[in-house]
Amino acid sequence: MPRIKSKGEGERVDFDMTPMIDCCFQLIIFFMLSLKIFASEGDFSIKMPVSKSEGPVDPTQLPPIKLRMKADGTGRLVAITMGTKQLSSSDPFAELRREVRSIIKDDIGPGSSGSKQEIELDCDANLQYQYVMRAITAVSGYVGPDRQVVKLIERIKFSPRRQG
Amino acid sequence: MFGKPKRTSSAVTFDMTPMIDCTFQLVIFFMLTLNFANDEQNEMIRLPSSELAKPTEPPWEFPITLQVTGKNMVIVGSEQVPISGLRSVLQRERSALERFNRTPSHATVIIRADRYAKTGAVQEIIEIAQSLKFERFVLRAKEKEV
Repeated sequence: MPRIKSKGEGERVDFDMTPMIDCCFQLIIFFMLSLKIFASEGDFSIKMPVSKSEGPVDPTQLPPIKLRMKADGTGRLVAITMGTKQLSSSDPFAELRREVRSIIKDDIGPGSSGSKQEIELDCDANLQYQYVMRAITAVSGYVGPDRQVVKLIERIKFSPRRQG
Repeated sequence: MFGKPKRTSSAVTFDMTPMIDCTFQLVIFFMLTLNFANDEQNEMIRLPSSELAKPTEPPWEFPITLQVTGKNMVIVGSEQVPISGLRSVLQRERSALERFNRTPSHATVIIRADRYAKTGAVQEIIEIAQSLKFERFVLRAKEKEV
């Protein structure tokens, strides 16, 4: 008498995985091609009131520090003056930060001289923007020894645009 | 006595499980690192760097990103206009804000200017935006490792 073997008993079911693997590789290629690696970015707020007559003048507000930045014909920085003092060291932005720290005396936080002080950037029209950003960085703060950002002056504005 | 060697007909199968695991790991990695929101970062713009530039948290409400190239052209979305043509673009943005019952003072104008752009061009852009009652401006920089 023949032995009756039930269907499926001891049989190995193989799936055809080729379409799934194809699909996965397509996905990998899509994501790889659409991947863009960007450096992270940050923002500096600038204070640009619409009109000078806007609201009452804050009596606790200190007069703004004027920062004059002059450029040569190619837009490179040639001179930087803070108030009446010309910053003439080999790294004028480090000197600028030292000057700002000597004024603020690391008095930071709400109600401090750092929060009341304002700086006004007066730049030649053809000055390369990278110098403006370096000046803003120098006056805004510095990275402390514990890698925390210590803020200095937060109120930054531009003078009226120079024609050039 | 000695016949032909017996040939077995068994199929050779590979264990594909590790490869599939690895493939899925790659798919998940690329899915998570892909960020479509970074489309506003135009590769033409070489931002100046700053050690104080840290990502803004939470992100700005109603941001309008103006990208200024080294040749002093302005890129807004996918549109590239000279500075003289910026007013009409910003007026359109202003109308869009008004449709959401918002005024230009609610928007933040993000300026992503190339390091070689002229400062005068950036100032002119701010003046144009101010004339349309935009009040909040931020200058964007690339994070620099200290």
